[in-house]
Amino acid sequence: MTFTIPIENGNGVKDAEADSQRTLYPYVTGTSVVAIKYKDGILMASDMGGSYGSTLRYKNIERVKAIGKHSLLGASGEISDFQEILRYLDELILNDNMWADGNSLGPKEVHNYLTRVMYNRRNKFNPLWNTLVLGGVKNGEKYLGMVSMIGVSFEDNHVATGFGNHLARPILRDEWHEDLSFEDGVKLLEKCMRVLLYRDRSAINKLQISKMTEEGLTVYEPYSLKTFWEFSAFTNPTVGAEGSW
Amino acid sequence: MFRNQYDTDVTTWSPTGRLFQVEYAMEAVKQGSAAIGLRSRSHVVLACVNKAQSELSSHQRKIFKVDDHIGVAIAGLTADGRVLSRYMRSESINHSFTYESPLPVGRLVVRLADKAQVCTQRSWKRPYGVGLLVGGLDESGAHLYYNCPSGNYFEYQAFAIGSRSQAAKTYLERRFESFKESSREELIKDAILAIRETLQGETLKSSLCTVSVLGVDEPFHFLDQESIQKVIDTFEKVPEEEEDAGEGEAEPEAAAGTAEQGGSGDQDVAPMEM
Repeated sequence: MTFTIPIENGNGVKDAEADSQRTLYPYVTGTSVVAIKYKDGILMASDMGGSYGSTLRYKNIERVKAIGKHSLLGASGEISDFQEILRYLDELILNDNMWADGNSLGPKEVHNYLTRVMYNRRNKFNPLWNTLVLGGVKNGEKYLGMVSMIGVSFEDNHVATGFGNHLARPILRDEWHEDLSFEDGVKLLEKCMRVLLYRDRSAINKLQISKMTEEGLTVYEPYSLKTFWEFSAFTNPTVGAEGSW
Repeated sequence: MFRNQYDTDVTTWSPTGRLFQVEYAMEAVKQGSAAIGLRSRSHVVLACVNKAQSELSSHQRKIFKVDDHIGVAIAGLTADGRVLSRYMRSESINHSFTYESPLPVGRLVVRLADKAQVCTQRSWKRPYGVGLLVGGLDESGAHLYYNCPSGNYFEYQAFAIGSRSQAAKTYLERRFESFKESSREELIKDAILAIRETLQGETLKSSLCTVSVLGVDEPFHFLDQESIQKVIDTFEKVPEEEEDAGEGEAEPEAAAGTAEQGGSGDQDVAPMEM
């Protein structure tokens, strides 16, 4: 039985059924994305997991995609909303390409477009439940920015989403510097991803690194990080704990 | 062009495949006072003649800033020009807001042309009676376009529209090949010289013309009277006070030797056109 709750929506009053179309909580989610600027461009890393609540359900989801010739988009949060965003951007880039006039949308333009989209959806109380990382290189200029699901947006030399903000960013703040080589950049990202793998419950050990430079995009094959579990404290975990025997 | 039975509304074709109302709209552009545009690789200069209704009134504005990187000069029905300038400003600022990046001028010009085309295909509308010289920047540098009431647009190295623009065009045709590599100062000088051609004998004073510049590192702005006068002084040997026609000045071979003196031929210009 439906009853009307008036919701002002620009089109007048909607009833409770239309209300159920709004995003209320996420279902299939991706966890952190970490990205840094390095000497030649941008490096972005994420794992390939899609969690369904606390179940690590999908293990082959690419959460970093190329946008046009110049940009990389990584997302955490609701995977279906990420796919929706990819559709919006696909249309945007298609129309941009059709002009064929020597002008193209660079990472800054895409980032701002996404900020507008995310903020507008937030204002309608129907957010795209994602935190997005947008990085790219155009005309030698490196760009790296982030947009959250409520439309907060900024640029920085290194960004991360979700748990990455708490676990990876402190590492990056200490160890990131201008003009990292590719090898150092990857090592730094691996260090962050390893910490996330140990500590983030929704992380899986299958990560994918993508690189964007002036020449273009390279997406590397997924691989796993080596982990170490032979700490002596793990052999007898309850030793010394309050109330244990 | 004589009146005929196919020119009553814009949605009637003539048997020879013409839309007379659109062509009449382009006539309106020819009646307006001259506007000139030229570009180099990195700069665009727009200049126009300041014509006032009478001695008592001020002159109408014919050059508008659309954005830091786009300007437009109009000829024809200035009211239509004003409305289109407002549209251009709106498009430009909306793009800047969404993408934090300037709208490439080539894309703006297409939107303008599409807007003009609509008016050539609706029985309840009329074409815009204004020609627009749009100068602006995009990733590949400086560009100059001409938008006409028909909905067509063309890219130019240099162009002139409005009354007595043929004189200016002749001057520009002689010199346009060098414009691409011109410096900013040379470009401005050429623009003012082209304006002088349209005056045909009237003394060139800085109060008679408006000049605007924009460039890759230079946002759109107007030149002040002093700067314009300085440029004029470099080629006007003797500043004359009376209207002595053809006193053997720097470049005398302006074509259109028809003896129309300065102000007299404008009596058949409708008051709404400038």
